[in-house]
Amino acid sequence: MAISGVTHWDGTISTSQFQGGARDFADKWKLVNHGFPDWTWVSCRRTSSFIHPHEVDGYLSLENWCLFQSDKICHVEVGGAGKEAVNSLENGVSADSATLVQVHGLDVHYYDFHILYNSSYRVPMMYFRGYRYDGQPLQLDDIEKDLPVSSAKVLTESKWTFITQQEHPYLNRPWYTLHPCGTSEVMRLLFQNYELLGKDEVAGDRYLLSWLSVIGQVVGLKVPHKLLKDVKPIHCDPSSPSGETPVSG
Amino acid sequence: MVRATEAQKYVWEGAIPIQIHLHESEVTTLPPPPPFLILAPRVGYLPLLAPQIKPLFSGALPPGTDTVWFDYKGLPLKWYIPTGVLFDLLCAEPERPWDLVVHFRGYPSNVLTPCEGEDAIKWSFINSLKEAAYIINGNCKNIMNMSQSDQLELWHSVLNGSLEVFLRVSSKLKLSAAEDEYSTKMYPSLTKTRSISHTENSGPSKTGRVPVRLYVRVVAEEIDDIEDASEINSWEKIIYINRPLDIRRGEGKGFSLGDVMKALLPEYFEKGPDDCTGEIKQDIVEVIQPEDVSGNINLNEESTTALEPLEEPGCPTKCNEIKLIRIQGIEPKLEIPFSWVVNHLMNPDYFLHICVYVRSF
Repeated sequence: MAISGVTHWDGTISTSQFQGGARDFADKWKLVNHGFPDWTWVSCRRTSSFIHPHEVDGYLSLENWCLFQSDKICHVEVGGAGKEAVNSLENGVSADSATLVQVHGLDVHYYDFHILYNSSYRVPMMYFRGYRYDGQPLQLDDIEKDLPVSSAKVLTESKWTFITQQEHPYLNRPWYTLHPCGTSEVMRLLFQNYELLGKDEVAGDRYLLSWLSVIGQVVGLKVPHKLLKDVKPIHCDPSSPSGETPVSG
Repeated sequence: MVRATEAQKYVWEGAIPIQIHLHESEVTTLPPPPPFLILAPRVGYLPLLAPQIKPLFSGALPPGTDTVWFDYKGLPLKWYIPTGVLFDLLCAEPERPWDLVVHFRGYPSNVLTPCEGEDAIKWSFINSLKEAAYIINGNCKNIMNMSQSDQLELWHSVLNGSLEVFLRVSSKLKLSAAEDEYSTKMYPSLTKTRSISHTENSGPSKTGRVPVRLYVRVVAEEIDDIEDASEINSWEKIIYINRPLDIRRGEGKGFSLGDVMKALLPEYFEKGPDDCTGEIKQDIVEVIQPEDVSGNINLNEESTTALEPLEEPGCPTKCNEIKLIRIQGIEPKLEIPFSWVVNHLMNPDYFLHICVYVRSF
C-alpha cells in the first residue's frame, strides 16, 4: 500500500539525505560484510569550501573489486558442486580454497566504483572503471563481457539505463557511468509499495540500498543478502509497465 | 514569434579569433603548413571547426585515422565546454588571436572523453539541454518528446549560429529559467510579441532552480592584476561546479548577480560578524599589537582594515578574494538583476556558464 506521502514524491533525494545516508549505508555494509570490499566516504574539501562551508562534498568509493575471469570457465566446466564456488567468485572473493587452484594464473579484472550525488537530477550516480591485472584500463566491450547476462538485457531494453563515458566531476578523468536521467522514475516505482514507517522522507541509506540493488545488477556489483532483507530485493525491470518484477524472499 | 534581444544577438554573434597551428609531431611536409586564422563562435564547440581546419592541414598529416583535439599551451582542451567559456577561463588576459594547437592523432583518452565527431558533440549538447530542462521543470519530457526534425533544426541553429531559428524551435520547449520583467521594461516594443512568449520563455522556473555552471580558476599567487596570472597547465587548477542555483533555498535572494555569487561562493563574500570572526580578530590583535593584548574586540581603524582580507570564517589564515567574474566575455556589474543575466547571457544549452577567477593563498 502506498503511503500518501510517497505518491507525491518525485523519486529524488537532497544532498543532505545523500551524504547522511551514504555514511549510514557504508557503516551497515561494513557490519554485515563477509568478504566484500568496504565502501569508504571520500571527502572533497576543495569544492566544499567553495560551496557551503558546512556541507562536506564527497562520494562513496569502493575500489579494487576483483572479478576473477575464471568464473566464466567455471560456469561451463563445473556442474552443481561448483555452483557454490562460482557464487563466491562472482561475489569477488574466493572463500573456498579449492577454487583458488582454478583461479591461479588466470586473468583478473579490477573495478573501482564511485557513487556520487548529481545535483541536477538530485539522485545518486554510479561511476565505474575497470583494469586488467597489469593496470591497463578496460574498454567498454571488455567491461560488457564482465557484466552479468541480466545486465545486458536491461541495458539494451531499457531507455532508462545506458552506459556513457563522462568526466568524473572530482577526478578530471573519463569514467564510465550510468546516465542518471531515469533514476528518479525507477526509485519512485521501487518505493511505491514500501512501508515508510510514517516518515516524510525516505531514509538516505535505505534509498541508497534500494538504488544499489537495481544499479548493482547492471554493473555487476552484488549487494549482500543480509542488507537486502530489510529492503525487499526486487529485480527491477524498467521495461515492464509497473517497473518491477518482485522476487519473493 | 520570439524576437531576439540585443544582448542575445551580441552573445550569438560573439566569436573568438583563433590562430590554429598543426602540432609539430604531425607535420610531415617541408615547409610545414602555416597557421591560419579562424573565427570560432562563442556559443559553439571547438571540434565543430574540424571540417574547416582539416582540408588546410590534411596534406601534411601522416597516414592514419584522424581524431581532432586541441591544446592551449599544452593543456588538452575539454571539447564539451563552449568555446567562449574556454577562452574566458584560460586566457586571463584575452589573447587576440588565441593561439591554439590542433592535433589529429594521439587522442589523450586518459584525460579527455572520446569525441568521435559531430554526433558526439550533438549528443553532449542535447544531454546538457536535457539536464537544464530537468533542473527547470523537474523532468526532461519536453526534450525527450522533441521530434527528430525539431532536434535536428535546433542543433543546426547552434552549428550555424542562427539565433532566430534557435529561438523559434526552443520556444516550443517552454523552458523558462528566470522571471524577467526587466526585459519588458527595457524593450517595450517587444512587449506585444513577448507577452505571448512571456509565459513560454520568461517566467519563473517551475522548480525554482536555475541551471548554472561555475568554472573557478584559483590563482594562488600574490598578484595585483589578474591578467598577470600564470598559465594553467592542468585542469586540477580549475574547480568545476555544476550545481543549480536553488531559489527556494533562499539562494540569490534580492536577485542581483552579486547576490547569486554570494550564494554560490560564500567564502569570498562574508565579511560581517560571524561566529569565528571574534576569534580571528582576537588572534590578529595579538599579532599586530602585542603590547595591547586586551582580548576585547574593540579595534581601531588601522587594524580593522588590516583584518579585512583575513576576515574569513573557518579559515583564519587564508586570503580568499574574487578577482574577476566573466560571463560571455564580459565582466557584468554585480548590481545587474540575475534574471536578466540568465535570460540574456545563457548558452544555447540553457546553462549560464560563469568563469570566476579567485585569489587564494
